[in-house]
Amino acid sequence: MERAVIEVRNLVKRFSGKTVLRGLNFDVQPGEFVALLGPNGAGKTTFLRILASLSQPTLGHVRVAGYSLPRESAAVRMRLGVLSHMPLLYGDLTAQENLLFFGRMYGVKELARRIDEVLVMTGLSARRDDLVRTFSRGMQQRLAIGRAVLHDPEVMLFDEPYTGLDQDASLMLDKLLQTVAAQGRTIVMTSHDLARAEDLATRFDILSRGTIAASTSRKQLGRSNLLAFYKKTLAA
Amino acid sequence: MDEILSKESSEHPALRQGEAGTGRSTSLAAPRFLRAVGAIAWKDLSAEFRSRELFSAMMVFSLLVILIFNFALELDISTRRTVTSGILWVTFAFAGTLGLNRSLSMEKDQGCLDGLLLAPVDRAAIYFGKAASNLVFMLIVEAIVLPVYSFLYGINLFHPGLVVVILLGSIGYTAVGTLLATMSVQTRTRDVLLPILLFPVVLPVLIAAVKASSAILAGDDPTSIMPWVNLMLVYDVIFIAAAFMGFDFIVQE
Repeated sequence: MERAVIEVRNLVKRFSGKTVLRGLNFDVQPGEFVALLGPNGAGKTTFLRILASLSQPTLGHVRVAGYSLPRESAAVRMRLGVLSHMPLLYGDLTAQENLLFFGRMYGVKELARRIDEVLVMTGLSARRDDLVRTFSRGMQQRLAIGRAVLHDPEVMLFDEPYTGLDQDASLMLDKLLQTVAAQGRTIVMTSHDLARAEDLATRFDILSRGTIAASTSRKQLGRSNLLAFYKKTLAA
Repeated sequence: MDEILSKESSEHPALRQGEAGTGRSTSLAAPRFLRAVGAIAWKDLSAEFRSRELFSAMMVFSLLVILIFNFALELDISTRRTVTSGILWVTFAFAGTLGLNRSLSMEKDQGCLDGLLLAPVDRAAIYFGKAASNLVFMLIVEAIVLPVYSFLYGINLFHPGLVVVILLGSIGYTAVGTLLATMSVQTRTRDVLLPILLFPVVLPVLIAAVKASSAILAGDDPTSIMPWVNLMLVYDVIFIAAAFMGFDFIVQE
């Protein structure tokens, strides 16, 4: 078996006396698309922020793409693309300027060509010179995907990427995420949308009370329903 | 779309030119640090010159302050000369606070601070980029306030020495201000917290700047000015070094 791209052992996170993650263990193999599901307050976003090196573990061991966190966080961030419900874009810059800025921050080579590719991929070539604040929420989220893949990361973290999107924008985001996943990137996505997670992911982990309460693959799930699996896990 | 991405995974220049151990899209560390500082400053200036939100607020506030002082104090020419440096630095300090708060809260409100923190650069580069753009905004405001003040108060402020003092004072102010604004922006009471934190810490540089400016405007001997200039220099170096070492801890959750 290949070495896991993400390895988490006995992860504990405490915020001002409250324990959010309680000895969590989690492995993701290269190319897996893991949907991390769970109720509000289960610790999904906290966990993703730790993987993204935006928050430090209280206890435990975290490795992403072969690098230890928080010690080698810059190396991890180089291999990581993050998409959240906030687009992390600047409204007073154009789409192209936003990508130019993030490309410079990541030291992307042949940046102009790469920006062209990303704008084509996200379907925003015609709006490249428009200010991001004039974009719809869906367009902003598409550009956010462009920002996240600009430096060609091997691991991607999606934190509730569908929040605030209408039906059309969600469908377009589906296609983009499928395209990104089809490139063999390793993906972890948190979501409350079980139907979307079922369509996209290859593995489903339920996070409850700060630990992974259950995990199943698409193959293991077979013809049974993800919703039933989710409800059964949380009821246990 | 698929074609582009499959091509990207095999031919992307980041894959061909990357460095082992530091990531696929990497360059050497020192140029990357400087490039990140430049990119952040460029981003802030481009966004600001387009929206003019921050600059307008600082500018209008500064002009109102010197206008209010002009009408409120009704001073004779000799008294005006003695209060000039005080009025100028009060104006710069308050306008600067306004700018610092806005500059960092815009990052926080749009979630962009996380976007910056996700970049694979030394986090001190974020500090230096933000401090550089804050300094530019402050210097632009000062460059406009000085001639307006000269006109309103009838005092000649065009001394090369004064320019040096204003530059050193502004560097110290933005060095500390950017650091403390990054801390305060993460709290709920950020608008009131920044001045409370900032003014006690920045007091030495403000006192030195006021004293040096007064001495220059009074035409004093350079030997009486140099201790204040040296104090500003030392202050600037200490706080820039402290920010370089401590910024990463400040932005840790």
